[in-house]
Amino acid sequence: MLTKVNPEPKTAVQIQTEKIYADWGLTEREYDIIKTRLGRLPNYTETGLFSAMWSEHASYKKSKPLLRSFWSKNERVLQGPGENAGILDIGDGQAVVFKAESHNHPSQVEPYQGAATGVGGILRDIFAMGAQPIAVLDSLRFPEVTDDKTRSLIDGVIAGIAGYGNSIGIPTVGGDVYFDDSYRGNLLCNVMAVGLMNHSIIKVGQARGAGNSVIYVGAKTGRDGINGASFASAEFSSEKAAQRSAVQVGDPFMEKLVMDATIKAVKDLPDIVLGIQDMGAAGILSSSSEMGEKGHSGIELNLDRVPVRETGMIPYELMLSESQERMLLVAAKGQEQRVIDLYKDFGLDAVVIGKVTDDGRYRLTFQGETVADVDINLLTKAPSSELPSQLPAHIAEAEQTQFQPVVKDPAEMFLKMLASPTIASKKAFYRHFDSMVRSDTVLRPGSDAAVLRIRGTKKALAMTTDVNSRYVYLDPYEGSRMAMAEAARNIVASGAIPIGITDCLNFGNPDDPEIFYELKESIAGLNQMAKKLNTPVISGNVSLYNETDHQAIYPTPMVGMVGLIEDKRQITSVPFKRAGDLIYLIGQTQDDFNGTEIQKLLTGKISGKLFTFDETAELANQQFVTKAIATGLLASAHDLSEGGLAVALSESVFNTDFSFQVAFQGTHAALFSETNGRFIVSVTADKQQAFEQLAGKQAELIGQVTDGTTLEIKDAEGSFSISKQQAADRWQNALAELMS
Amino acid sequence: MRAAVINFPGSNCVLDMYYALKDFRLDAEIVDANQENLDGFSAIFLPGGFSYGDYLRTGAIARFAPAMKGVAKAAKDGRLVVGICNGFQILTEAGLLPGALRENAKPGFICDEITLNVANPDSIFSSAYDKLQITLPIAHGAGNYYADAQTLASLKAHQQIIFTYEDNPNGSLDDIAGIVNQAGNVFGMMPHPERAVDPLLGNTDGRAFFQSILQRKDLLTHAD
Repeated sequence: MLTKVNPEPKTAVQIQTEKIYADWGLTEREYDIIKTRLGRLPNYTETGLFSAMWSEHASYKKSKPLLRSFWSKNERVLQGPGENAGILDIGDGQAVVFKAESHNHPSQVEPYQGAATGVGGILRDIFAMGAQPIAVLDSLRFPEVTDDKTRSLIDGVIAGIAGYGNSIGIPTVGGDVYFDDSYRGNLLCNVMAVGLMNHSIIKVGQARGAGNSVIYVGAKTGRDGINGASFASAEFSSEKAAQRSAVQVGDPFMEKLVMDATIKAVKDLPDIVLGIQDMGAAGILSSSSEMGEKGHSGIELNLDRVPVRETGMIPYELMLSESQERMLLVAAKGQEQRVIDLYKDFGLDAVVIGKVTDDGRYRLTFQGETVADVDINLLTKAPSSELPSQLPAHIAEAEQTQFQPVVKDPAEMFLKMLASPTIASKKAFYRHFDSMVRSDTVLRPGSDAAVLRIRGTKKALAMTTDVNSRYVYLDPYEGSRMAMAEAARNIVASGAIPIGITDCLNFGNPDDPEIFYELKESIAGLNQMAKKLNTPVISGNVSLYNETDHQAIYPTPMVGMVGLIEDKRQITSVPFKRAGDLIYLIGQTQDDFNGTEIQKLLTGKISGKLFTFDETAELANQQFVTKAIATGLLASAHDLSEGGLAVALSESVFNTDFSFQVAFQGTHAALFSETNGRFIVSVTADKQQAFEQLAGKQAELIGQVTDGTTLEIKDAEGSFSISKQQAADRWQNALAELMS
Repeated sequence: MRAAVINFPGSNCVLDMYYALKDFRLDAEIVDANQENLDGFSAIFLPGGFSYGDYLRTGAIARFAPAMKGVAKAAKDGRLVVGICNGFQILTEAGLLPGALRENAKPGFICDEITLNVANPDSIFSSAYDKLQITLPIAHGAGNYYADAQTLASLKAHQQIIFTYEDNPNGSLDDIAGIVNQAGNVFGMMPHPERAVDPLLGNTDGRAFFQSILQRKDLLTHAD
């Protein structure tokens, strides 16, 4: 017999007088609304429920009015935002499922487990829809590597991603990493997962049909990560001790069992398993209440039935625990045993913990007593507010002219640029990730976009994550448009057509009007380009309060884009393929230097008005590359981004036996300009005529691939050459050296 | 000829191996690790992954799975047993191959493509290679092969070392990447030939591994 536990450590009156609700993140106004709507004081458990469900992390109360503006419908969209993940049609009855999520706060406090459970959480979102996860990408932002604490944070995050992803056996195929001191004290760990499924088995996180059962599956519940959603909705302070108890611990082996069993349940029991939701932030609470609300139903749970691995847990703890590797299912009444048996075959617990009701209430019982009874709509719909926004002072006061770099020794600048951490090879990190497991990865990490074939079809999927937050800091609207454009260039260069995006909107405290301005303008910019590129926003995540001691990170709206390749033969990669091939530059190069890597290298900071974004040229150049690939004219393709032409050319010869000889019209400095909308492509000599005919003035012949050992460059200011070996060594080893 | 790919809870290269075997038109099936009787199979493949989470020590729990009784019987009968990556770790834990696989000398999981030497081109598992240097993927955190001096001398004396690393990635003794038992029918290696069979993925150096096995029709018809 279990000993009785007092479910209410504090009375409703104490919660009011001692303002315990405020410690849990509820404002005065919010607490008053709850009181009024309930017509009484909320008790301990209920106050806990509201504090988690009305946190920004769970409710998006501060960003929702903006998020509603996202364009999320076109001919491919089978499921838009609001579910575990979004779904796009890719033909032949198949669909691609994807979403990205942030795990910034946990990764800052406990890097290994924070990153590991970030991977675990986003994978659950994918298989909760009934899909088989096929790939993971990571978008990481770290402070500059100047001290051992930073090294240890980075090592922890990398090991956490590896530890979880490698074990569960879903390849980590790509992502992006930048270093900037705006992330000191608040690193970013965003994880995107992609899955594949057939249309016929799509599941949603909805609870419908009074009397149907709510089934808990997977790991037991412990006291880890309690009220993590509130934790993620507050700023860091260096004065508070490390808030470690709010971080969860991952078990990838358990998750693999839950994943395999859930995919089997969806396939084998389509008429019995009616709805599935991952237990992520705010655990049992958010999964059950959201399923009820979306299904226009009430939910009743008996907390005595929740499988636990610790004794004496009170309702507040059971409901707000963020123990990992758990899922919630709604199963048809009378058929529960089929579900339980299926999970049992995998050695997993599946327990009926409650039922769907038709009274719109969210009701919890514990040890024979009702410990919470609230309107489910009140619980799941936090009062949202339109916040004030104001143009940031640093933008209003920005220098309007473009920075003009003085490059006296271009060879030296070349080598310096290649060794810059943001540009240098990330192999020191991604070699720890199994990028090949499942044997579908055609283009691996280090490519413009990762590409995975779809077995049994001619198709392949391309995927990438991108955003240069320096641009977004200088101009949230234009910088966000550039993030979309860069993601699309990466997709296009790999031979795919962009079909949709997910995002992770990482910003500071939105109560600061300047931060809210960044958020608002950034969403507007992403949205504008989403329409232009025909890439609906089908899922996403918002992470606010990314600040330490009131210093916000650069606004970082991470774009995760997926592209479709109809014919695998069109997959195109970065490296040059043979000596003698002709090298073309697509797109005009302007003197675009504010916010660039060269500005940072030469002045130690970024500043000034962001250079302009030529949307027309961008789209035209992308369309041209797509056409050239479809016609079979390109041997290689690479988009230009940080470090400009100099870096893109270099990356095209690294890990090959070749070098290049190039003549460029611009100055030394222009080699490092970051004008958008540009590509480097190579073309075999026998296709020169056909290519140039198609290109007209859109491509400029700038040189050829050689089998020499030096990179030879001639520009308007003179000629210089660099040992390819030396350049490759700098690029290949810079990060490993910095980390040791 | 029937080939079994054993699916331990936590194995994650089951499909990779299954598809590779199918690619060579082998009658392959995925068999649950709870199945003890493997008498009907002339070749048994233990795939890569993290069996039972590999929480205690790689392969240490999997060796107690019911299927391992069937694997031991197959090994004794002279049927073919192949362990790739975690499968190799399981075979050493089960005592079906000598030595042990420890954490990489420099701790951490490594995924890369590395150069291997075909140290014994005459074995059942390497005879189809027409070159002595090949490239295969590796993906492991515990591939550091160790054996005592006596065992190592014996491995050498009986030409049991089949593949060695050209540039040792994990600290393995004598650069050992893959070995065979004295009888020649039980084989284990850390690199992944099943990930290198399709030109689309950029590497086909794993094909000759499977072709080597296919050349031994005498062995493969054993259990039919």
